[in-house]
Amino acid sequence: MSSSIAQNLRAPALVLVFFVLVDVISLALADKVQFSPDTCPLHLCFSYFPTYVKYSLNMSLYMFITQSFEDVRCKCICPPYRNISGHIYKRNVTQKDCNCLHVVEPMPVPGHDVEAYCLLCECKYEERSSNTIKVTIIIYLSVVGALLLYMLFLLLVDPLIRKHDPYTMPLQNEEDSEDVRPRVDGAQGRGNTVLERVEGAQQRWKKQVQEQRKTVFDRHKLLS
Amino acid sequence: MNGAGNLMDFLDEPFPDVGTYEDFHTIDWLREKSRDTDRHRKITSKSKESMWELIKGLLDAWSGWLVMLLIGLLSGTLAGVIDLAVDWMTDLKEGVCLSAFWYSHEQCCWTSNETTFADRDKCPQWQKWAELMTGYTEGAGVYVLNYFLYVLWALFFSFLAVSLVRVFAPYACGSGIPEIKTILSGFIIRGYLGKWTLLIKTVTLVLAVSSGLSLGKEGPLVHVACCCGNLFCSLFSKYSKNEGKRREVLSAAAAAGVSVAFGAPIGGVLFSLEEVSYYFPLKTLWRSFFAALVAAFTLRSINPFGNNRLVLFYVEYHTPWYMAELVPFILLGVFGGLWGTLFIRGNIAWCRRRKTTSLGKYPVLEVIAVTGITAILAFPNPYTRRSTSELISELFNDCGALESSQLCDYINNPNMTRPVDDIPDRPAGPGVYSALWQLTLALIFKIVITIFTFGMKIPSGLFIPSMAVGAIAGRIVGIAVEQMAYHHHDWIIFKNWCRPGADCVTPGLYAMVGAAACLGGVTRMTVSLVVIMFELTGGLEYIVPLMAAAVTSKWVADAFGKEGIYEAHIQLNGYPYLDQDEFTHRTLATDVMRPRRNEPPLSVLTQDSTTVEDVETLIKETDYNGFPVVVSRESERLIGFVQRRDLILAIKNARQKQDGVVSNSVVYFTEDAPQIPASNPQPLKLRRILNLSPFTVTDHTPMETVVDIFRKLGLRQCLVTRSGRLLGIITKKDVLRHMAQMMNQDPESIMFN
Repeated sequence: MSSSIAQNLRAPALVLVFFVLVDVISLALADKVQFSPDTCPLHLCFSYFPTYVKYSLNMSLYMFITQSFEDVRCKCICPPYRNISGHIYKRNVTQKDCNCLHVVEPMPVPGHDVEAYCLLCECKYEERSSNTIKVTIIIYLSVVGALLLYMLFLLLVDPLIRKHDPYTMPLQNEEDSEDVRPRVDGAQGRGNTVLERVEGAQQRWKKQVQEQRKTVFDRHKLLS
Repeated sequence: MNGAGNLMDFLDEPFPDVGTYEDFHTIDWLREKSRDTDRHRKITSKSKESMWELIKGLLDAWSGWLVMLLIGLLSGTLAGVIDLAVDWMTDLKEGVCLSAFWYSHEQCCWTSNETTFADRDKCPQWQKWAELMTGYTEGAGVYVLNYFLYVLWALFFSFLAVSLVRVFAPYACGSGIPEIKTILSGFIIRGYLGKWTLLIKTVTLVLAVSSGLSLGKEGPLVHVACCCGNLFCSLFSKYSKNEGKRREVLSAAAAAGVSVAFGAPIGGVLFSLEEVSYYFPLKTLWRSFFAALVAAFTLRSINPFGNNRLVLFYVEYHTPWYMAELVPFILLGVFGGLWGTLFIRGNIAWCRRRKTTSLGKYPVLEVIAVTGITAILAFPNPYTRRSTSELISELFNDCGALESSQLCDYINNPNMTRPVDDIPDRPAGPGVYSALWQLTLALIFKIVITIFTFGMKIPSGLFIPSMAVGAIAGRIVGIAVEQMAYHHHDWIIFKNWCRPGADCVTPGLYAMVGAAACLGGVTRMTVSLVVIMFELTGGLEYIVPLMAAAVTSKWVADAFGKEGIYEAHIQLNGYPYLDQDEFTHRTLATDVMRPRRNEPPLSVLTQDSTTVEDVETLIKETDYNGFPVVVSRESERLIGFVQRRDLILAIKNARQKQDGVVSNSVVYFTEDAPQIPASNPQPLKLRRILNLSPFTVTDHTPMETVVDIFRKLGLRQCLVTRSGRLLGIITKKDVLRHMAQMMNQDPESIMFN
């Protein structure tokens, strides 16, 4: 299965994935660490290399993902007490201070009643990372968008381009021949240009998917 | 075992693809194992030669742990992404966060100070679609518009999911556990664990779950984790070139998948051991443990639910339970078993229909139709409208004094001044009664719709819907018992443990027990199920109720049919999977072996008298996967066994690269080719692809033993001899067909080799 193209593309792809991961992680952590040359978060340190481009890229990314919501809250739910209706209090305090006395403000009851009132309240300290949520949702949406575009391309544009291409015809006929794999190894689109190689890889992938589709949807051999 | 020298040759001058398998074929565990042993021996002997080789040897030894680390990191990250995206997309069906569109409802109102005690999840930043479009928040028109948009979003999500699956990766559909079980038992499905399957399954899983269909993400997460495992296997030749070793990694990856799906690392390891794995040595146990740990840690650091837990429905309560409560728990176990039977029968019947009739020709339409029905029926009922995980979470929760849900609408004693976490039993208010009605309707709806949902051509797991069915039933029973105890605390059974003013029944616990029972009835898990549930609750005191329910449901379900849902699907698809059941029929190897009595004799090769042309004709005319090699046709004494695939590749390779090999060349399987006159063409020596130690049994071996050998050693084929003479061959397919025949099933359903 591993083709030479895949072999060639593997290393750069891995490096790319690694950088994306580092980016995501460091952006997620960015709110926790102040952005200054002294305490640079993970890969942002790399930006002090003289590559100004990367620096500005990271800066713009960093500006884009600035924090707009608080990420820590202490939430106290206080039920109705005597003639006071129930209320929810939320404040940004440390975990140590997350109790009724620090969070409920202004205190609706006189001093001697505070203890009884606070006994009824339930306080919970919660954390979240709004940057992780933002980055995840945006990445997810862009992946779905890219897949959608590629799907539309494959379904609508590709057949139009390939209408006169003789290369697709033999593909249809050889589907049921027995030893597909050795032949694929031999005829591994060893084109000269990168474009031709990508083309070859795409053709082989398309054929595999077609085969899978036949197995699953037409013959109902698997997964039914 | 295999001659070491023979295999060394193999490694010294390999030609591409030798020793690999074709698609939809079974691997030979013995061969893989001995290949790995040889590889290991080679590395050890080399490592004494130089420092560099020593380092390489150490790296090789550590690569297993490294792969586990990578699997844990990636599957944990993917699970986090899936959780976050599902959370957001599920809420997108109802409305949008105006301040930041990427926030779900809860996240949107996270810091808002406008939430009130009565309406805890309302804040101005979050607007429903109708409110955004018309400006009104109440009224029939608003309701209808919200309803319409809910259905529309659901249809859009599921249509997107099914088209992505169809166009990019058809293997990404379904739960994946039956196939992974089969793959782990030694079957090759190329592309099933590929990169595109990984990408598409991750993306479409989010869409499928958010569309509100009655399905869960747990089973597909196991598939996703196994895809991660396969991806990282390809980085290390130790795993990429050895199908047996690869399966060890995949077993561990399955554990990591369950670990992140339920936030239960130990449960995940046990799940892999009990449910999916076939070959699970101790080494794999430790590695699975490590992978599950890393995956859980990664997910925890992403903190997708904002509750510092790995799952949405984590619960924590420590109220005690009483001996008498075991009766309702066991009744819930019976319900779970009945549900399991009903679900398996119904689902398999429906899937068979899909497989054989024209229903299977319209996968996209089917998904759209089921989504439409689900969304239309789910919206009016608040318990089915929300996501199933949230429903389970609410059902599991105990009613504190501050709970706002309808299920906690009890009539409070006005002068109650006890602290928050110790509330006595109270009479149910009108909210609880209306909730009971809605829950009953939700239960019927879930039972019916899940049967039709599982097995559609989108990623779909059945853990969550099964748990939901059980949790609803359990909660109903729990409330009933609670109210009975409150109103009749003078009854003899309640007298001892339920005095007035005491907190004696926890309905949430019943929901949990019910969930465990239903999951157990469907999957027939026991140990791993109890451990998973116990890790969800973080309390040891509920182990006995959970065990009682799990065992009862297994007994009840086993009484109606031996196999769980995964085995049933394996059988439906005719995968070559040898399960661990006893084989008790008194047949002999000679009854099962090929050729049968009036069939033409076995196709064999001779060690020194076949020509290349003969071999090629044999390959062309037959479709056997391997050929026995004998001394001569007269004596029929066995020498070894040669795989078809290796033979094809070797001859092709020799014809291309070796001079003088023509159709008339004689093929030699002997150690040294005899001296031949110069006039004859160059001989072709093929001893290095010959397996010199094929497994043999005599013709009078009972099939019981043969089945055991196949199961325990993972054989692909076994030769049958009588006093040294080759009589026939038994393949795994023959064994499976024989077993199907003995159990009065159609032997032709086993299609794969």
